[in-house]
Amino acid sequence: MANYFTENTDLLFQFDRLQLAEVVEIAEQGYTEAAHYDFAPTDYQDALDNYRKVLEIVGDITANTVAPQAAAVDEEGSHFAEGRVTYAAGIQEALKRLTEAELMGFTLPRRYGGLNLPTTIYTMAIEMVSRAEASLMNLFGLQDIAETINKYGTEEQRQEFLPQFASGAATGAMALTEPDAGSDLQAVNMLAYQDDSGQWRLKGVKRFITNGNAEILLVLARSEAGTKDGRGLSLFACYGKDDVKVRRIENKLGIHGSPTCELQFNDTPAQLIGKRKFGLIKYVMDMMNGARLGIAGQALGISQAAYEEALSYAKAREQFGKSIYNIPVITNVLMDMRVTLESDRSLLYAACHWVDLRNKLEEKIESLKAAGKDASAENAKLKEATRAAALLTPMVKYVLSENANKITYDALQVHGGTGYMREFNVERLARDARITNIYEGTSQLQIVAAIGGVINDIFADFFSAREEKENPGNLANLADELKEMRALFLDCLKYVTDKTDKHFQSVAAKELVELYSYLYTGWLLMEEAEQDNRKVFIARRYIINAATKARRNAEAIKKDLFGDLLYADDVLV
Amino acid sequence: MSYHSIVMVKQVPDTANISGQVMKPDGTVNRSKLPTVFNPEDKVALELALQLRDRYGGTVRVVTMGPLKASDLLRDCLYMGADEAFLVSDRRFAGADTLATSYVLAEALRKLSPYDMVFAGRQAIDGDTAQVGPQTAEKLGLPQITYAEGILQAEGSTITVKRKIDKGFEVLEGTLPLLITVIKDAAVPRPFRAKRVMAYKNAHTLLELEKMAEANSLLYADQLKEEYVSKGLFIPTFTADDLDVDLKRCGLGGSPTKVHKIESVVLGASEHETIPANKDGMYALIDKLMEDHIFG
Repeated sequence: MANYFTENTDLLFQFDRLQLAEVVEIAEQGYTEAAHYDFAPTDYQDALDNYRKVLEIVGDITANTVAPQAAAVDEEGSHFAEGRVTYAAGIQEALKRLTEAELMGFTLPRRYGGLNLPTTIYTMAIEMVSRAEASLMNLFGLQDIAETINKYGTEEQRQEFLPQFASGAATGAMALTEPDAGSDLQAVNMLAYQDDSGQWRLKGVKRFITNGNAEILLVLARSEAGTKDGRGLSLFACYGKDDVKVRRIENKLGIHGSPTCELQFNDTPAQLIGKRKFGLIKYVMDMMNGARLGIAGQALGISQAAYEEALSYAKAREQFGKSIYNIPVITNVLMDMRVTLESDRSLLYAACHWVDLRNKLEEKIESLKAAGKDASAENAKLKEATRAAALLTPMVKYVLSENANKITYDALQVHGGTGYMREFNVERLARDARITNIYEGTSQLQIVAAIGGVINDIFADFFSAREEKENPGNLANLADELKEMRALFLDCLKYVTDKTDKHFQSVAAKELVELYSYLYTGWLLMEEAEQDNRKVFIARRYIINAATKARRNAEAIKKDLFGDLLYADDVLV
Repeated sequence: MSYHSIVMVKQVPDTANISGQVMKPDGTVNRSKLPTVFNPEDKVALELALQLRDRYGGTVRVVTMGPLKASDLLRDCLYMGADEAFLVSDRRFAGADTLATSYVLAEALRKLSPYDMVFAGRQAIDGDTAQVGPQTAEKLGLPQITYAEGILQAEGSTITVKRKIDKGFEVLEGTLPLLITVIKDAAVPRPFRAKRVMAYKNAHTLLELEKMAEANSLLYADQLKEEYVSKGLFIPTFTADDLDVDLKRCGLGGSPTKVHKIESVVLGASEHETIPANKDGMYALIDKLMEDHIFG
């Protein structure tokens, strides 16, 4: 039987490379959980066995139950009648299966019914779900909402909400966007007030809410009357269904299986999550970072699906007396797709590693502090992990979502006219991919989030250490390319920071972030190439290609490509 | 009222994924070269038993007769939600046809009694005989309902079953205990449950523990067994010594079926015939296919 885990050699390669010992040690509290739960691991090897087995289940369900329904889900879409939203039949079936398989509380603690798995493993599951049916990820991937309650809610709130998520009885939604507050969430207007009894209530409208028909909503609202910015916003949990009115669902280009709702809150009773005024600046930022990693996984899953479609079509399609797979220009396109896919996967799981490490170190430090113990060693590590995660999360979201668009575009191109027809899967994939670089923060906003880490050159030590290593044969040439690329980056960085022009800096940020992503990904692939001969090919194509793009980016900066922005009004007639 | 079920399951060659080398020169199957799967209709039978448990409560136990490798199948059953699993295995049972198989299974079921229902798939995809279920019922003196496509309800000691017949279905009532064989359309098997997979991934049969002991001189099978029993990870195994069986009726010796010859039939394009693309041509094609036993 098909399996999206056991048959995906590159995903297995990344799985086998995982170094989660420190993360799992903390997550399993020194493997003491095994004394209370028969499904908790007894040591690191046992944990890896568990992860592999769980991913095999996901691989089975996604390949055999979800994927065959994807075209039907796209065709049927979600339904909206008499204020109620109904999922497409294929989505309902998929959720039922995932629930039966006990996969809806992936990262939640076991005491609330969850599986207590690391974000890395969850992201691997997200990748497979998205490969099978992109919009299902929007429901499966909303486990971050439960995660936020777990992290910032009270024990009472955890006990109330988390088992509902873990058992699959409830799905979640994060209600942030409003008609006048999209990228700029500081402008959120939804009113939160306390009635005479002290009960918090919500009033206002939210728009473009993914799965807004969910049973449990996390809502960003203005709790501080008279404020205008993000510091007046707090986060609330409330029940959907009867308490929140769905006014309409959107008619979208892609991800048809996930309903996007406009919601009206009419004095809806709600619970404050965490502290007042920290809604946007802390909790939502945190939740969105988790969600961004999920979207990166979604983008990668769609890319994988598109690549598979293109590869099998190219092999089967004959023109000029041979399969087009053997026509060099097509082979070249397929190679580009494959190399992008594998380099994307390296970057994604490197990012996940840092996110897991940061999350678990935070937990450990908290418990050390509570026990009155010294946490200085952990604090130093946490600082490093926090910086890496803060840069890599938006970077990976940016890179993978843009690449998903490129890969699906190319996959459609490989199909020729056939790809433009709805009978084939690839046009759906191209439509589904299009949202990934828009929602959870557009690509432009990911650049804004990533540029700080790039300007501070946070991987400087990592790069220097790599550069000092000896590399054999072909890899030595590639290392030289990366060294040159770094010199180029440092030169550009100095140029941009020296030029104290904020507008210029904001525009050049894209070029800098991209340069930095080439460097970091390039070194990751070098590491893999040392392990596996086949990966030398991946590293080679990636790095040579990246080097040419790096030179382009550097020239754009140094030759003042953006200088004409000052004359925008004259150009944009 | 709750019900106690036993499901008879079988591990079969994955006939959808057959590679070379699976046929030995003597015409028998080289099982070690074959990937194996959960016999599809047995999996549906387990699903039906689990659904019955979801609805009325009770227990679901599974039993299989097979070699060491069949331990995988029993773990799969535990992953889906079976309460207990039993392996029936002995070299003396090897080479059994349906008569000898149902004889041993019937004896194993006697060991596992009492029960209210025995479920089995209609047939296995390797032999396609559909005989083991009915023969087992016969030996145990149980009433049987074959070709079940659903259980409508159970009340007291009466069960109402929808049964597939040639041109539709019939609804039958049966008195418990009884045996039911299940067809593929009866249900969609549930996925493995993540927590159970993690909990039971190290559950082992006695045969597996013996193998572990053989491979490591520091381990002893009886100690391992004790350890696995204490962890709740032991899958009991019945050998011929554990069952009241007459060895003459077991295994190859107890099997009257003799394989005369196995041929590899290759449908080659030795000749071709053009059939006109009209109504008469279509009928002629259908007749031809019926004649060749490709249809019907």
